Amino acid sequence: MGPITFAVLATALVVSALTVVVHPSPVKSAMALVATLFLLAVVFVFLGAHMIAALQVIVYAGAIMVLFLFVIMLLNLSDDGAEARHRGRVVFRLGAWIGGGVLAVELSAFFLRVPFPEPATPPAGYGGAEAVATALFVDYLLPFELTSILLLVAVVGAVVLAQRRTA
Amino acid sequence: MVPTSWYLALSAVLFAIGAVGVLVRRNIIVVFMAIELMLNAVNLTFVAFARQLGSIDGQVIVFFVMTVAAAEAAVGLAIIIAAFRNRPTVNVDELAVLRW
Amino acid sequence: MWADAGIAAVKSLVMLLLALNLTVLLLWIERKGSALIQDRIGANRANIFGGILPFNLGIVNTLIADPIKMFTKEDVIPDGADKLLHFFGPFLAVFPVLVTFAAVPFGDVLVIGDRTINLQVADLNVGILYVLAMSGLSVYGVVLGGWATNSRWSLLGAIRGSAQMISYEIAMGLGLIGAILVFGTLDLQAIARAQGALIWGVIPAWGIIYQPLGFLIFLVAGIAETKRVPFDLPEGESELTSGYFTEYSGSKQATYMMSDFAEIVVVSALATTLFFGAWQVPYLARDGFHFPGGFALALPQLVVVVMQVASFVLKVLVLCCFQILVRWSLPRYRYDQLMDLGWKTLLPLALANVLLTATVIVLAG
Repeated sequence: MGPITFAVLATALVVSALTVVVHPSPVKSAMALVATLFLLAVVFVFLGAHMIAALQVIVYAGAIMVLFLFVIMLLNLSDDGAEARHRGRVVFRLGAWIGGGVLAVELSAFFLRVPFPEPATPPAGYGGAEAVATALFVDYLLPFELTSILLLVAVVGAVVLAQRRTA
Repeated sequence: MVPTSWYLALSAVLFAIGAVGVLVRRNIIVVFMAIELMLNAVNLTFVAFARQLGSIDGQVIVFFVMTVAAAEAAVGLAIIIAAFRNRPTVNVDELAVLRW
Repeated sequence: MWADAGIAAVKSLVMLLLALNLTVLLLWIERKGSALIQDRIGANRANIFGGILPFNLGIVNTLIADPIKMFTKEDVIPDGADKLLHFFGPFLAVFPVLVTFAAVPFGDVLVIGDRTINLQVADLNVGILYVLAMSGLSVYGVVLGGWATNSRWSLLGAIRGSAQMISYEIAMGLGLIGAILVFGTLDLQAIARAQGALIWGVIPAWGIIYQPLGFLIFLVAGIAETKRVPFDLPEGESELTSGYFTEYSGSKQATYMMSDFAEIVVVSALATTLFFGAWQVPYLARDGFHFPGGFALALPQLVVVVMQVASFVLKVLVLCCFQILVRWSLPRYRYDQLMDLGWKTLLPLALANVLLTATVIVLAG
């Protein structure tokens, strides 16, 4: 993708990420995160990872964030002023922002200085479902099966934890 | 064609924003969302390197990261709901006290 | 490069017009069709061409008077409602639905000069995943619609609606896997082309012959996903007024209604593409008819393209009318019955279908 497209996408990503972190209302933070995840899926498409981009929207933006919104709605977090009232520790927050800025600048400077060679044109079918699935079922079969067990444990755990104690 | 280092720089910035979010915010659900942001920044790094090296392994790792993040979000939110029943607050400072 | 961009723009325009016109047509079919089914007259007050026809087709009413009324109504935002999210709710409801049409092929190829134009807006190699992704995004329209208005009934409808949608998304996705296994690809245009083959030289290899159970699962899950009767508890017209879009008026309500009808068209278009041969006319190849007896009929390329597009539109229309018929014939599911159907019936059936299909494919070679 060209530099202009990248600049636009990067700006949009940084703005929505900052909205997630800065906005006082949890619902708007959640929607900003949905926008961030969607924009990241667009970046993935530009990087040739079509299947991962589709999975990003299906799993992250379509399922995990819906779960977040459910919890926010169920807990009825409409009291947006609560966090403002509990504010304090100005020095800590300032230090956190400065530290974050330093981290970002340092890491970016380090990465931008590495002379990466031009990436070779990928093989046909790169990033498609077949390529990812073949790697998944041939090289990474054990992690795949373990992940399925992990998901089962997570589902059972979530249901048990969130259940109402009946008497 | 945008060089790979630009994607890595972008993911570094996103990761830093997520880290600041975890430290600064007091609402536990927003802290959670900032953690998800950090995980996504790492996903971007993996996909960028996968393209740089021409190997599909980076994308497979992203697949696993997504799955584990989904499981973690589910269990974490269930814990928040369970904790909310005892002490009806989502403020991290108030939840950080281990009493009774 | 400009020619490519221009062709892409024209294709997008054609698909958008197709989708929107079908949506508006469905609005009219729904009102007059439901009146026919229920043995009543339906909307017949705004009648310009009075006396020409012995009956009132209701076209002016439904297609002209109603939209004018909806778009000129005052936009009421309740007190305490979140203005930004109230504004974005209808947008998030309609955007994923319309964008899904980009992956649906509406014809084979159009050859102009030395340029072969693939009659599909976006030729994605992960077409079906893209469709599932967009249907996942449509949950946000419901969630935000109910939350942003700060009203109890809307919130109840929104919670029910989103729970229903995410439950049936799973059944819908699994119902599609059977078709993916049979055709071996996620690309919708490739699946459409593969259905031009002939089984035993006579029967066109449409998806429904390979996957009847998959089609049923997909159709039921699709109707549940679009929250149509018999699964319209989130809208609950007799209980929750309008459920999650109660507090919307004017053009926002019109947008929600449009997303409702556009979703019907999307489900029909996908079912057509995967199970009914998409734009395929039986025995029609790019250069004319090839009947099994050996008899061939050559046709100019433009006639073939028109026939294929017309066949696509016709099949989509038939499936839409079927969904409207279902709406006005069946009573509504109770919420627990609805959830049971999604998790305890459709999900195991879909998994059994996948298992069966995979076994048959491996055994048959």
